[in-house]
Amino acid sequence: MINLSRRKLIVSGLAATAGASGLAVAARLAQKYGLVPPDHGGIYGLGETLTYASQRLLTRHSLAREFPRNRISPRPFPNELGPLTEDFKRLQAGGFADWRLSIDGMVHQPASFSIADLKNCPSRSHITELACEEGWSYIAEWIGVPLSHVLHLVGVHPQARYVVYVSMEPDTWDSIDMADALHPQTFLCYGMNGNDLPVPHGGPLRMRLPRQVGYKNKKFITQLTVTDNLKSFGKGLGCVDAEYGYAWYAGI
Amino acid sequence: MATLGPAHLPAEASVSSGVSTAPVTKLAPRHSALVRMTHWITTLCFFALLVTGIEIVISHPRFYWGETGTVLTSPWFQLPIPSSRRLVPTGYGYVLPDQNGWSRALHFEAAWIAVLTGLLYVISGLLTRHFRKDLVPRKTDLSWRVLLTSFAKPFRFERPSAAEASSYNGLQRLAYLFVIFVLFPLVIWSGLAMSLGFASAFPWSVTLLGGRQSARTIHFFVSLALALFLSVHVLMVCLAGFWSRTGAMITGRTGTRKELT
Repeated sequence: MINLSRRKLIVSGLAATAGASGLAVAARLAQKYGLVPPDHGGIYGLGETLTYASQRLLTRHSLAREFPRNRISPRPFPNELGPLTEDFKRLQAGGFADWRLSIDGMVHQPASFSIADLKNCPSRSHITELACEEGWSYIAEWIGVPLSHVLHLVGVHPQARYVVYVSMEPDTWDSIDMADALHPQTFLCYGMNGNDLPVPHGGPLRMRLPRQVGYKNKKFITQLTVTDNLKSFGKGLGCVDAEYGYAWYAGI
Repeated sequence: MATLGPAHLPAEASVSSGVSTAPVTKLAPRHSALVRMTHWITTLCFFALLVTGIEIVISHPRFYWGETGTVLTSPWFQLPIPSSRRLVPTGYGYVLPDQNGWSRALHFEAAWIAVLTGLLYVISGLLTRHFRKDLVPRKTDLSWRVLLTSFAKPFRFERPSAAEASSYNGLQRLAYLFVIFVLFPLVIWSGLAMSLGFASAFPWSVTLLGGRQSARTIHFFVSLALALFLSVHVLMVCLAGFWSRTGAMITGRTGTRKELT
């Protein structure tokens, strides 16, 4: 039954070699142009990489859909929060006057901002949808300072590739690439629907990325670290969620 | 009966001509190698997508129409199942374990493989005229009488005729075309519309479906339709002879050869 001619063998051997070297070149190029996510290993790495690479090639500069004011959801749903820490409660009692956001890593001038400092920066807002990976979503007006503005103030090194953000919630940190960090709709968000950001929604300061699902929009942000490599953060997967099986890139 | 006769004639004719022109060992395969390969890859992907899809739905078994919807708004409908999230009111006194991490990862990976496989199938199907030859209904197929007869056959537990072992009847052709060119594109579109990144680049993909939550609800119903198709498909395979039909999809050969020799 098996009837492999010599020509067939040679042709398929050549095709396999060409395919393998093509893949190797593609992998090298993808790495060079920042198309490989930090959680590219393991059995789901293929899917994560295909998703992240195609999103970066297709949607790098696209803007999340914005809505007219009359479409703001009357009752925004805050998802379940872990118990607030003593440190948080102390800051809350002081009206968050002592809340600090520190920025370090690959920046010219490491700095620290109070909420008042951030509010003195040019304020921006967008009316966008917050969508949770579970399936629900609502529309709200989000007010804050574009992350790109703050990064510009501290001066980011040209070789920087990621911004790591740390929450005051225990064991909660995440990171985004520079495409998202410099995206005009990415906010350090301190207000919602005309008021201060309520604590259940992440007040006083939340990362707001309307092009990624809820869990990337971490609450209670206290620290930013600019870096060119995520290997030294946690298990090197880019975020703590990836250690529990959730994707680092969550624009899907 | 006059309408039934011609409907079966071409298929029977092609079987007998296939036998007469080619020696027994060189029967044309029932399914081409590419069809068989893409069929089984799609099968694997579909099961992965179905299982992980159910896991993801469990984290929020409520469905809405329009752009938004949360547990604070009233759903269009809610599945009567427990949830893997504490804040979803289900009426059950317990919360299921969270399986969304790996489920989402596998869902999207299987979707990638299924879409790429589907593209390969559709492009090659156009190039080899597989759709026109095997799936576009013949003129004689498209009469209500013929379609109804094909529809009623399995209910009488009638095994398909020998002609149908090498070719599809009109009802099968319409069903396969509907799945390939309506249900699959719709499930892919509604799935992509739920990607915030994709929606930012192609906002019409969401607005045309009526909003993000509508896209999610459509995705659910189309998946349900695909699962229904799968059940009927497997049932029909069992009725026609599970091993001969499954064997034909694996090796390409039908039982016809054995019967002939």
